[in-house]
Amino acid sequence: MVENRPFLTWLSHAIVLLGVIIIAFPIWMTFVASTHDQATMLRSPVPLLPGSHLIDNYTQILTVGFGRGYSETPIWHTMMNSMIMALGVALGKIAISIISAFAIVYFRFPLRLTFFWAIFVTLMLPVEVRIVPTYGVVASLGMLDSFSGLIIPVIASATATFLFRQFFLGVPDELAEAARVDGASPMRFFWDILLPMSRTTIAALFVIQFIYGWNQYLWPLLITTKESFYTVVMTVSRQANVVDSAPSWNLLMAMAMLAMLPPVLVVVFMQRLFVRGLVETEK
Amino acid sequence: MEKRVTFNERWLPYLLVAPQIVITLVFFFWPSGQAIWQSLLVEDAFGGNSKFVWFDNFLQLFSDPAYYASVRVTVVFSALVASIGLALSLLLAVMADRLIRGATVYKTFLIWPYAVAPAVAGVLWGFLFNPSVGVVSWMLQGLGIEFNYVSNGNQALLLVVIAAVWNQLSYNFLFFLAGLQSIPKSLIEAAAIDGAGPVRRFWDIMFPLLSPTGFFLLVINILYAFFGTFGVIDALTRGGPGQATNILVYKVYNDGFRGQDLGGSSAQSVILMIVVIVLTFVQFRFIERRVHY
Repeated sequence: MVENRPFLTWLSHAIVLLGVIIIAFPIWMTFVASTHDQATMLRSPVPLLPGSHLIDNYTQILTVGFGRGYSETPIWHTMMNSMIMALGVALGKIAISIISAFAIVYFRFPLRLTFFWAIFVTLMLPVEVRIVPTYGVVASLGMLDSFSGLIIPVIASATATFLFRQFFLGVPDELAEAARVDGASPMRFFWDILLPMSRTTIAALFVIQFIYGWNQYLWPLLITTKESFYTVVMTVSRQANVVDSAPSWNLLMAMAMLAMLPPVLVVVFMQRLFVRGLVETEK
Repeated sequence: MEKRVTFNERWLPYLLVAPQIVITLVFFFWPSGQAIWQSLLVEDAFGGNSKFVWFDNFLQLFSDPAYYASVRVTVVFSALVASIGLALSLLLAVMADRLIRGATVYKTFLIWPYAVAPAVAGVLWGFLFNPSVGVVSWMLQGLGIEFNYVSNGNQALLLVVIAAVWNQLSYNFLFFLAGLQSIPKSLIEAAAIDGAGPVRRFWDIMFPLLSPTGFFLLVINILYAFFGTFGVIDALTRGGPGQATNILVYKVYNDGFRGQDLGGSSAQSVILMIVVIVLTFVQFRFIERRVHY
């Protein structure tokens, strides 16, 4: 602190606190709505404080699903799908990127630069832009309604490759030299030296990619037609669009809470890795 | 930058890049190529036959008032999302940067909206502003404001902007905070000793030093408003009412999947690709040179 100005400090606290309250308000109302019964949530004004139906609502959503002919799939099932997709995206992206970055940094081979640029251009086009033809490709490969269809097209991106490339370039040359002198094979060097050194980078990347995979929306919406492959984020939005004809705000909001829970927990409890991953993948 | 020490293997490097190259070819180059190819074709109404028509799809697009309407909505929408989002997060970051006590707690509470999926964010804000049960619309009604985003186009746009800004706020906040914390304390202290007050210090020292972060975030926010907000819009308004929130990326989806107009949708994709490439180029070249300390 440069100087002591009590008024300014007080003002800063007030503004930040106001920001926190406004940012948290939608989540608070979601939580409140998920603890009342259906009838309460249909009368305006809706309550601002939690009610007594928390356990009922969550039990129904988790074990029975939305019910009333709309969606009979219990939410624990769709959450499992989301979890498989998020883990698949995170681990898949890390796995393919770390080995291709290793090849591009530690080997000289024909077409190396071609490969490098081929991967680089994927940075430029978000999946939303080429969504219609990508759907066509996945359909013609027979990957609709499958986990491979949910996961693999989403991992075609260069962010992780670049992060690893950047990291490998900073690893001292002496390590590779020592490994070579000692007669270690390249893969031995990769497993025993490079991989352990990349631990923090991998963890930070995992956090970011897990959230990215969990929060995918458009892609699962397009390529899944069977409820057994629905993810929780798309289910929330689907139900929100029918909620006007069958208003069960309490159940919808319980579902929204569960859809937010895993990624929010990851951000809150792995804050340091999250911030690091965010800053490094973008810069 | 290149490594001095490398390994000599003949086939191993190909094996290592193969998974990523195969995935990139199949799920990136193939569809992107198809988008470009399809943008030059017209398919008849019953599918099956398609005819090569050169740039007819583009010409048709450029004479379509609905396309210009969508461009207009996109420009207004992204300008609002970027300006409001950056201003609010800068304010919060500057205030949080001043605070020593409670800084970590505040930070934790400000960063978690990042983890909420855009589609879920749309659902939450739709609930708050729901015309029949929403708390905020009920309060607005008490103030004499009739808020119905389902039927009023401007209000729908406003609501999508609010939800999109809320979702992106933590991202901007983190980058601004990191930028502020990297400003040398000695600079601020020197200015204070010379008699510059907090406001003066902000505008003359912190703000110029933050400009690289600010421009970086500007590009990221425009890209976010263009593409990342699909979920918000699909969950809240589905492009409506009318065309009030039908931004370009949503129109690609709408025309391609609902309208089954593959040629027109692909032509729009190609235009969006060009926009992204230009923005990426601007970010890489132009901005880094123009911003001075």
